[in-house]
Amino acid sequence: MAAVCLLMLMFAAEAFAQTAIQPDLMLSTAAPGQAGGKLVIGVTSEPRTFNPVTAVDQVSVGIISRIMADLIHINRATQKTEPALAKSWNISKDGTVFTLKLRRGLKFSDGVAFDADDVIFSFKVYLDEKVHSPHRDLLMISNKPIKVEKLDRFTVRFTFPSPYAPLERLFDSLPMLPRHLLEKDYQEGKLAEAWGLSTAPEKVAGLGAFRLKQLVPGDRIVLERNPYYWKVDSKGQKLPYLDELTFLIVPNQDAQVVRFESGDTQIISRLTAENFAALEPQQARRHFKLYDAGPGLEYNFLMFNLNDDTAKYPDVARKQKWFRDVRFRQAVSSAIDRAAIVRLVYLGRATPLSTHISPGNKLWFNSSIPAPVHSIDKAKQLLKASGFSWNQSGALLDSSGQPVEFTILVSSSNAQRGHIATLIQDDLKQVGITAHAVPMEARAAADRVLNTHEYEATIMGIASGDTDPNSDVNIFLSRGSTHLWHLDEKTPATPWEAEMDRLLEQQLVTVDYKRRKKLYDRALEIEATQLPLIYLVAPNVLVGAQYELGNFRPAVLEQYTFWNAEELFWRTPAGKR
Amino acid sequence: MKNRGKLTVTAGVLVAVHLLAVIAGFIAPYNYETQDREHPYARPARIHLTDCEGKFHLRPFVYATSPRDGTVNDYQEDCSRPEPITLFISGENYLLAGLVPTNLHLFGLRAEGRVYLLGTDGFGRDEFSRILYGAQISLFAGLLAAALALSLGMLVGTVAGAFGGWVDESAMRLAEIFIAVPWFYLLLAVRSVLPLHVSPLSAFIMVVAVIGLLNWGQPARLVRGVVLSGRERNFIQAAEGFGAKRLYLLKRHLLPMSFSVALTQMAVLVPRFILAEVLLSFLGLGIGEPFPSWGNMMAAAQQYYVLSSYWWMILPALAPIPVFLAYHALADVLQEKLQSTI
Repeated sequence: MAAVCLLMLMFAAEAFAQTAIQPDLMLSTAAPGQAGGKLVIGVTSEPRTFNPVTAVDQVSVGIISRIMADLIHINRATQKTEPALAKSWNISKDGTVFTLKLRRGLKFSDGVAFDADDVIFSFKVYLDEKVHSPHRDLLMISNKPIKVEKLDRFTVRFTFPSPYAPLERLFDSLPMLPRHLLEKDYQEGKLAEAWGLSTAPEKVAGLGAFRLKQLVPGDRIVLERNPYYWKVDSKGQKLPYLDELTFLIVPNQDAQVVRFESGDTQIISRLTAENFAALEPQQARRHFKLYDAGPGLEYNFLMFNLNDDTAKYPDVARKQKWFRDVRFRQAVSSAIDRAAIVRLVYLGRATPLSTHISPGNKLWFNSSIPAPVHSIDKAKQLLKASGFSWNQSGALLDSSGQPVEFTILVSSSNAQRGHIATLIQDDLKQVGITAHAVPMEARAAADRVLNTHEYEATIMGIASGDTDPNSDVNIFLSRGSTHLWHLDEKTPATPWEAEMDRLLEQQLVTVDYKRRKKLYDRALEIEATQLPLIYLVAPNVLVGAQYELGNFRPAVLEQYTFWNAEELFWRTPAGKR
Repeated sequence: MKNRGKLTVTAGVLVAVHLLAVIAGFIAPYNYETQDREHPYARPARIHLTDCEGKFHLRPFVYATSPRDGTVNDYQEDCSRPEPITLFISGENYLLAGLVPTNLHLFGLRAEGRVYLLGTDGFGRDEFSRILYGAQISLFAGLLAAALALSLGMLVGTVAGAFGGWVDESAMRLAEIFIAVPWFYLLLAVRSVLPLHVSPLSAFIMVVAVIGLLNWGQPARLVRGVVLSGRERNFIQAAEGFGAKRLYLLKRHLLPMSFSVALTQMAVLVPRFILAEVLLSFLGLGIGEPFPSWGNMMAAAQQYYVLSSYWWMILPALAPIPVFLAYHALADVLQEKLQSTI
């Protein structure tokens, strides 16, 4: 108790000395724990950047979410919004003006005060077309940017061009940037390159529970407690409890399991069903506990290259004639035996998908779209109707007599996708298509898909950041920055993409849930028939943690296991475990 | 005499193993890529002579298996469905020795079910069949690469030894450079410039060419040594005295002298190169799915859960051992023979 008082006293003195504003701290609802200790989490690759403006890969986003904070946050357990850097807000009657009160007296992890100017700066950056932030599309409503104004030092007003459905959720995972550190880079047009892996840790500051301490290239990223963090528990203890949070780079899932088993890492996310089954019997002996959190928001899919800048790869360009044919995509989809994928790859811990919304997403799942049916006959009919034929040995030929053959690029760090590729390869053989699975190092594969577009088909997986449709709108809007199958599309390439754009934009401005759901259901129907992505399965979220880790609450939303890292604590000190 | 017997046995074993690989399609009951999605990770079949009631049968049989309720790959035998193993049975089509189309297999089941002597992998593919087909790639890649390395080595070695002087000097320095090349990285570089998909045949040729072309240095040095020492021998000097030309000497005496050394060297190199192929495939640089090679089959077993739950997946790692033992025995016998002739 004395220690707590002393801590409070020190904190108060510090605050007084620097800004003389009593900070508006947020009370954490989690059970109070005890300070101290370190937590090590395994990640599959090195982050690509610490820059919140440009980061897209999971590892970077996961780490950035620990060192940065947002205005309004989605609580991963309740899936509802809750105040974060914003203390309170109100919405005008017509749903277009949003006034937000910031917490007073907060400081970035380098000790510099946070106020409305940082918020204005952050939104200016995210909305700037030249910066190419993946967040920009989310902030464009009906093609118009939202307007952000400073009313006073701690009040900000957002004006939306039209009513915006997921208004509060918009602010989640949109990190507030330190103007004092990034403004210069921004003015010089170098913001996209700022905060790379070679940046000195002290030059990276945020409002998150932790701050960057050290990066050992290819090995680990160490975060330390942010002494200026703005949450306290019900006993008045400052969060976070942990002294250090380390992200250990363990490049493949099996090595991650072994590291977790041996106690080198104390949390494991995204366990495969097979590893889950293998670890289950050891729970008591090794003092950890495994959890099956049910169908997740991750969707795996087979995607064909529909980019139009492939002239430099004549082979790819030639095959795109097939890929652009919707009946060809439908045929491939119905040739795929998803039940076998669920059973053989996920040991039953997954669900077949018709669209990107899994049944785990209760509010937005479209139950009227039938589950995908495996039918070789239907696949053959579709191919025949589209002008394909078969030669004597059963190989599929296109209308010009060329055999149908393509490669499927898969990341070699994901064993399951490799397995899916082998199953699909065999499925497609049944309709005479020769597919070759090509495993490739994850970053090289991503580079081909996102930048050079030198690939024919690929199997990928995306984990939605939120249950709200808004979170994946970037992928499905034709002008979206991660419109994967056809990047940098200026205008919708097909009528159905135009229709999808219209529906997606309309649902975003429809506040009424029922009407919005109707619009979104229609968009999902287009997705299910046009199959720009051939959806495969949604795996269950399987995780594990050391038994002694307090406040561990796995969620189906991203950062499944460490979304509440500031609340995690060790029940017994490290020495006694 | 004893030596000769040993030679016959080891050579016989090796020929038999290679022959087995050539006619893999006949010995293997199933194709290497046939998936049985109802039986992923099935244990090696239990072959019975007595049935569930304890009655003895002359013909060995297996019971059909199905997963226990609520599990995906924990199988139980169904006593009501015995399936006798039949010899010389027609099954899936294949090309015998890559030439003759046929569907005759050494053994199999007449019924719907399948017999998996060494179990199945995660796709329900027969491990036994895959090991046999994998031998085609692993064994012959080693053999061909060794033949390539040796022919090159002998050529360079004899020329260097016979001519001496600057020819010798430059040939040997070149050999040293090749010995020093980090071939693994070279292979990575070669692979990266090739297109995404490489057909299994070109992958095979690439593996053989890279291993063979980069490993001629050592045999070349060895052969050169033999030729050099041969040139000092009395009968060759006598022949030279009688006016024999250098080319004649090379053909008539020096090359045949190095043959036996080369043969011993071959027996040592083959297992090493088999291992090289296995390593390449293990690392994903060799032959890719769904084609089996011992290396990529072992790669499947490197996953944590596979090793901990399905022990039979490690069998492909054991397959090379008898082959290596036979090659090493052969090398020993040849070595002894060589020493007795000198």
